Amino acid sequence: MSVLSDTMASRRSAGAHRPLLAVLHEWVVTVDHKRLGVMYVVSGLVFLVVAGLEASAIRLQLAWSGLHVVPPGTFNQLFTMHGTTMVFLVGIPIVFGFGNYLVPLMIGARDLAFPRLNAFGFWIFLFGGLLLHFSFLGGEGLYGGGAAPAIGWFAYAPLTERAFTPGNATDYWNLALLVAGVGTVATAVNMITTILTMRGPGMTLGRMPVFVWEIATISWLTLIILPPLTAAQIMLLLDRFLGAHFFDTQAGASAVMWQHFFWFFGHPEVYILMLPGFGFASEIIPVFSRKVLFGYVTLVAASAGIGLVGMSTWAHHMFVVGMGSTLNAAFAASTMLVAVPTGVKIFNWLGTMYGGKIRFGTPMLFCCAFLFQFLCAGLTGIMLSVAPFNWQLTDSYFVVAHFHFVLIGALVFTIFGAIYYWFPKVTGRMLSERLGRWHFWLFVIGFNVTFLTMHVPGMLGMPRRIYTYPADRGWEIWNLVVTLGLPMQMAGILIFVINIVVSLRRGAPAGDDPWDAWTLEWATTSPPPVYNFDVVPVVSSRRPLWDLKHPDDPDGPHE
Amino acid sequence: MAVLTVPNATAGGNGVVQTPSIFAPASTPAFAIRELALIVLGITGVIFVVVAGLTVYALMRFRRRRDDDGREPPQVYGSRQLELAWTVIPILIVVVLFLVTARYIFAIEGRPQSPEALEVTIVGHQWWWEIRYPRLGIVTANELHVPVSDPAHPTPTFITLQSADVIHSFWIPQLAGKMDVIPNKTNRIWIDPQEPGGYVGQCAEYCGLQHAGMLLIVAVQSKEDFAKWAAQQQAPARNDAEVQAGRELFSSLSCINCHAVRGTKANGVFGPDLTHLMSRWTIGAGVIQNTPENIRAWIDDPASLKPGALMPAMKLSRDDLDKVTAYLLALR
Amino acid sequence: MNERGRVGMICLIVAETSLFAVFVVAYLFYIGKSLNGPYPKDVLELPIFNTVCLLSSSITIAVAIRALRTGAARRSGVWLLVTIVLGAVFLAGTAREWYRLIVGHGLTIGTNLFGTTFYSLVGLHASHVIVGLVILSLLCVFSFSGALRREDVERAEIASWYWHFVDGVWIVVFSVVYLVGR
Repeated sequence: MSVLSDTMASRRSAGAHRPLLAVLHEWVVTVDHKRLGVMYVVSGLVFLVVAGLEASAIRLQLAWSGLHVVPPGTFNQLFTMHGTTMVFLVGIPIVFGFGNYLVPLMIGARDLAFPRLNAFGFWIFLFGGLLLHFSFLGGEGLYGGGAAPAIGWFAYAPLTERAFTPGNATDYWNLALLVAGVGTVATAVNMITTILTMRGPGMTLGRMPVFVWEIATISWLTLIILPPLTAAQIMLLLDRFLGAHFFDTQAGASAVMWQHFFWFFGHPEVYILMLPGFGFASEIIPVFSRKVLFGYVTLVAASAGIGLVGMSTWAHHMFVVGMGSTLNAAFAASTMLVAVPTGVKIFNWLGTMYGGKIRFGTPMLFCCAFLFQFLCAGLTGIMLSVAPFNWQLTDSYFVVAHFHFVLIGALVFTIFGAIYYWFPKVTGRMLSERLGRWHFWLFVIGFNVTFLTMHVPGMLGMPRRIYTYPADRGWEIWNLVVTLGLPMQMAGILIFVINIVVSLRRGAPAGDDPWDAWTLEWATTSPPPVYNFDVVPVVSSRRPLWDLKHPDDPDGPHE
Repeated sequence: MAVLTVPNATAGGNGVVQTPSIFAPASTPAFAIRELALIVLGITGVIFVVVAGLTVYALMRFRRRRDDDGREPPQVYGSRQLELAWTVIPILIVVVLFLVTARYIFAIEGRPQSPEALEVTIVGHQWWWEIRYPRLGIVTANELHVPVSDPAHPTPTFITLQSADVIHSFWIPQLAGKMDVIPNKTNRIWIDPQEPGGYVGQCAEYCGLQHAGMLLIVAVQSKEDFAKWAAQQQAPARNDAEVQAGRELFSSLSCINCHAVRGTKANGVFGPDLTHLMSRWTIGAGVIQNTPENIRAWIDDPASLKPGALMPAMKLSRDDLDKVTAYLLALR
Repeated sequence: MNERGRVGMICLIVAETSLFAVFVVAYLFYIGKSLNGPYPKDVLELPIFNTVCLLSSSITIAVAIRALRTGAARRSGVWLLVTIVLGAVFLAGTAREWYRLIVGHGLTIGTNLFGTTFYSLVGLHASHVIVGLVILSLLCVFSFSGALRREDVERAEIASWYWHFVDGVWIVVFSVVYLVGR
């Protein structure tokens, strides 16, 4: 039904102005993977701004000791909402949103396997996100911070039990994420089914773009590790509403059990966030270096390895819980082991750039910064895997700096690169290179001022999640510098938003293949028709468009 | 006895708290961790220089030149030897790193408790630290006094960590790595401080509203000073005649439901032990200095000094407030 | 087209297995840790009849699918009905057991760790049985109304996999709760 109306709509949209209600209706009822992909990414970016504002309030409060920008209770809500929003309402929707948009195009399919399930996944995610933010209006209402949760994004028990956190705040956190998690599992099912059963002619698994492999990996990871979070949340629900004792230490339960369940989800979750970022880099760096990806098979194998080994590392978040030396050593070992496939990817990308002819378009600028920042993030991760060193660094600002290097320095940077890279395909218009450069430089400088510096107060003994700190610890100047990185990042984001808005109307027409790239999504119009391809191309290598452009030297025999 | 100022680790001892840097250790577990940290920083530093250097080189050497002819460069699909090498070498580095790490893990956590060791039990509460010396019969709060340890004949302190409510974390960066304080679980940590002085730390696991206000002071004292302090703490509460009225008032109010004053009928365990309240430098777990004005303000309305503190405002009349304050000020 | 359904159902089963696994882990971890009774050995009786009913329902649904494969939609419907009845009997038995435990022994989800883990694990399973019965009822109705035909056997089989999964989970729950945990 909606395929037909989408087609008619795209024909109509070429010309006259249509009533807003009709346009909205189209978007609301769509099951087209491209529209849903855009909706996921746009929603994620909106939540990024919201969570960014929360972070800004946090940094203003911490810029010096003893400030009263926000009261302690509100501060605790801010860091909880910031972390929860960023992980669940920004990271996940954006990476699965890109997956939504790109996977069918990249493998030569016309949509995902279950289009209506796809729509369901989006709307339930949005509902969860809105439910979580509705908490600001609960309780005493917006002025008092509402009933927004103040339990930290990983919600350790027994602080989350009713005895210690009465009221509904924890329940907003619990239910919103439970519901959104269902959507994520649904999307994972969709992705796996699509990739396994709907590849176009000639598109063997070994010819799929790396980004598709990354989506496949994070999808089977999701199936295995997201339900444990759901289970823990159901247990918390039962504790809080039916008087169960899963995490009630007064009844003999284990507070540590929540941590095991949560981190069994939580650690692979960060790989779920990061792997698509690696996928973006693996598409952008070859095209901008004018060279085929170096070592496709090892890179794909490394991703699978990260997924597998990554499920055995979770208790490196628990080195100070008192698990005993044997377990501490075991998890240190598995964490160091997972660093190997993660690290060697950098060499794949270096090998790709080596001998190439690198063009520094905006997508590539973001990927270059990603390479350095991801290296830093990985190395501080190695430091954290050394359990005794971890005993000092964990729960301090060092770890906060580390994971922001991973999630912003690596993931958000590759996401920005991806947006600049695929915006032309999605909209038919180029983003402004000039504004893109302003965005890049402001953001990369601001990011590093904030987060490179942030390692220092951690090493000077500053714990995380404190709404203020004593004046005599020597932390003030460092916190001030960290806060001073904020305006540049905000300016960068503002210019980014302006770039999008302006380019939607006045960006240069993109054409089918503005970057001279090689994967299937560039073999159709920009934007693609609702059915993706007039005729699904037959592929005989990993770079179908390279083969078309270089019939004298196709990829096939080399692979 | 006079209130001690907070000595710092340098010879001056002018009461200035020093920055609790993990790279300024004063006790054995922290020394060992710094050693390990420097090894790890060395290894990761070399990796960073090599890989970042290669990246910078690649970006500069292989940028598209202005006079580029537009032809695609030679396409290199991979290299089995290279890919093998860059997998095997990191694995070797990881193996070495793991072996070093494991040695330190077992050495630190497996340290047996010697008979000369001082035993302390610390119970974490929202948002203060209960500190007990079981063999010495001392109960205090928020300040840990320990004797300095001579490396030749170590006298470490072994601390048993428990929680009365939610998860907290005990962290004095200059003395040891942190250890979580978990309800229904008993954890152990040890410190072996070798420099007299005052060391600060605080709760390192988010535990609710005043997580930021759960500070810790560790006073490492010479053996003589520690013995003097311990003897003073072991004594029952002072019974000065001038504050008789205050003591009777205190005993008749709900104060005694939460607080203990050894030698009187106050034996509550929900709040800090007040027997030698005035021997401590701070109140409210490090949030404010222990001065008569602050004591008075605290009793009147704790939340005005530490929002969310679980002690209720006592709503005493000015006269009663004066009497109770005078009594507490006498608990030296 | 049916390949998609097969892959999708397998993915769903993987995710559900993971969900149940965590409740099983919690159950196993808390064995023997209740601070007060009633304890499992005091109150649990082996639900042999219930188990036989549920496990035979796997056989009956397989027969139903086989019938549909030959085009015998009505016969398939009858066997589906038998499956549904067996499942309903299982649920009724669970309800009876819970009544006995709650009213007779005073064991609720809030009584102790045993109560907490028992009701949540068995209850989670029972909720999946209910969902399964809904799916089977739809299949049954369609088989009698003529909407379910031989061509649909693949899809019906995929639905039956869900039911087999629910039965498989019961084997694990039974072993953990009534054998290991007692």
